[in-house]
Amino acid sequence: MNIVVCVKYVPDAQSDRTFNESDNTTDRVGVDGLLSDLDEYAVEAGLKLVEGAAAEGADGGTVTVLTIGPDAASDAVKKALQMGAHAGVHVNDEAIHGSDAVATSLILAEAVKKIGSPDLILTGMASTDGAMGVVPAMLAERLGLPQVTLASELTVEGGTVTIRRDGDVASETITASLPALVSVTDQINEPRYPSFKGIMAAKKKPVEKWTLADLGLDAGSVGLAAAWTKVESFAQRPPREKGQVITDEGEGGTKLAEFLSAQKFV
Amino acid sequence: MAEVLVLVDHADGTVRKTTSELLTMARRIGEPSAVFIGAGFDAAKETLARFGAEKVYRVESADVTDYLVAPKAEVLAQLVASAEPAAVLISSSPEGKEIAARLAIKIGSGLITDAVDIQAGEAGEVRTTQSVFAGGYTVQAMVTKGTPIVTVKPNSAAPEEVAGAAADEVVEVSISEGAKGARLTDRQPRASTGRPELTEAAIVVSGGRGTGGDFSKVEDFADSLGAAVGASRAAVDAGWYPHTSQVGQTGKQVSPQLYVAAGISGAIQHRAGMQTSKTIIAVNKDEEAPIFELVDFGVVGALFTVRPQAPDAIKDPKD
Repeated sequence: MNIVVCVKYVPDAQSDRTFNESDNTTDRVGVDGLLSDLDEYAVEAGLKLVEGAAAEGADGGTVTVLTIGPDAASDAVKKALQMGAHAGVHVNDEAIHGSDAVATSLILAEAVKKIGSPDLILTGMASTDGAMGVVPAMLAERLGLPQVTLASELTVEGGTVTIRRDGDVASETITASLPALVSVTDQINEPRYPSFKGIMAAKKKPVEKWTLADLGLDAGSVGLAAAWTKVESFAQRPPREKGQVITDEGEGGTKLAEFLSAQKFV
Repeated sequence: MAEVLVLVDHADGTVRKTTSELLTMARRIGEPSAVFIGAGFDAAKETLARFGAEKVYRVESADVTDYLVAPKAEVLAQLVASAEPAAVLISSSPEGKEIAARLAIKIGSGLITDAVDIQAGEAGEVRTTQSVFAGGYTVQAMVTKGTPIVTVKPNSAAPEEVAGAAADEVVEVSISEGAKGARLTDRQPRASTGRPELTEAAIVVSGGRGTGGDFSKVEDFADSLGAAVGASRAAVDAGWYPHTSQVGQTGKQVSPQLYVAAGISGAIQHRAGMQTSKTIIAVNKDEEAPIFELVDFGVVGALFTVRPQAPDAIKDPKD
C-alpha cells in the first residue's frame, strides 16, 4: 500500500504569531516553525498501516511525506522522515507565497499525481495556523476521491478503508473504497518520537524538491494574486483587561456568586 | 434583491440555533433562501419562516442523505447555478466546512471559514470578520472570486425573528456516482446529557486537571447555571471526560457569554477554544496559571473548597 501524507510547516503556536505588514499574509519567516503537531498523527497513522501490512508478510508499501512551503519547511519533511516515512517531497516556489486553501489544494493535487497514484492520502484534521480544516476536502474534490475525515480509528482491509468518527451526537462508522483521502484527529494514536536510528536513517532518505514548473503549474494560478479571498486588514486583539483576581480565604465562593449576580448571570 | 442560500443544519427537522443565526445574517446581504436536505421539513418549516426564510429548497433524495458531504456539495452547486445567489452561508461545523470546501472547488468560488461576523459593504459586497491565532488577532476579509461561500461560527449573531414566507420548492437533483464514494455504515447515537450543546450554549463550565478527575462538581455547577460542560485536553486525555466535550484547538471552539474554567491552567491550545468568550471566570489553585491573564474574575483557590459554597450562594445570592 502506498501512502502519501500531506504535512504543513507552521509557526510555532508558543511563539508570537503575526502577519506580514506588507501583504497581510501569515509571517512564516520571522517566527520559529515546526511540523504542525496535528500532522504528526497522520504520519504516525501512515507508518502504522505500512508496518501492520509488513508484519502480516505482505509488501508493506511506502509512506511519502509531501509538503509545500518556503525553505524552512524542509524541517517538517525531515521530522516525518525521522519518524520513519520513506521519502519526502517538498514543493517550494516563490510564487506560492500567499496561496489560499484553494491554491494549496491545487498544488497538492498536482504533486500527488506526480508522486504516482497512491492508495491512500492521509492528512491531519487541520493546520494549527490557518486552521480552516478545508484542504482535505478540497484535495479530495480535485482528485475525484472519496473523503473520510476526522478519523479517530482507521483500518484498511481488502481495498476498503473504514474509520470511526466521534461526532457530537453520534459515533459513526464510515467506509470508502481505495483510493481515498482520510484525515485523522489527535485521538487516533500517540505519535512516536524519532529514535536516534531514525534520525540517522533520515539523512539518507530521498527528498524531491519540486517547483511549480515541475508540476506543470503556471505561477499565476497560485499565490497571493490568484487567491479567491483577500484579507483586507488585521488587528491584534487588545489584551483582555485584567480582571479582579482574589485569593480564596473561605469566602471565594460567595464572592464568585456575587460577581455572577452583578453580571446578571444568575 | 438577490437570494442568499443558507444550508439548514437540522436533525430530522429540528433546526439548530446556528441556522436561525445564519438566516439573520443572510438578511444583511439579501433575501434568505433556506436549503433543506433530508427528512422532517414539516417540522422545520415554522422555524425557518419565523427567522425570515422567504424560500426553502427541499431535497429529500436518499442519494444525498446516505453519503456524507460530497452529494450535499453537489446539491448546493446546482442551486448556485440556478438561483445565482449573492452568497452561500453554512454553519462552521466540521461537516459544514467540508461541504463548503467541496463547493468552493466545484463552482470556482472563494471560501471564508469560521467567520464571527458578516456585513454588507458599501457596494453590497460580503465582508467577514474572523478571529485567528488562538483569538489573538481579528481579520477582515472578503471573497474576490465567484459566489462568496462563508462558514459562520455558532453564537455569531443574535437570531432575530422576521416573518418569511418559507415557500417550499422541491428540488430534483442528480448526484454523480463519484460523490457516493464514502458511505455511512453505522451510527451509534450518544445518550443525551440534557444540557445545552457545547458550541451553542450561552454559558460553558469546563473542568481541567485541577478537578483531579471528579467532574461531578463541575456538572453540578454547570447545572446551577443552565450551562454546557466542557473539558480541557488534559482532562480528556486522562479519560475523565469524553473527547466530544473538549474545548480547545483540537476540540470545540466556544464563544459563550460566560466561560468558567475550573482547574484549567490555560495553555495556548485551550485558549484557542475559548478566548473569544465574552466574560471569563477561572478558579485555580495556582496563582501563576496563565488563565488568570484572561479572566474578568478569578479565584485563587482549591476547586473543592470554593465550589461547594458557590452553587448554594448562586441559588439565592441575596440570602
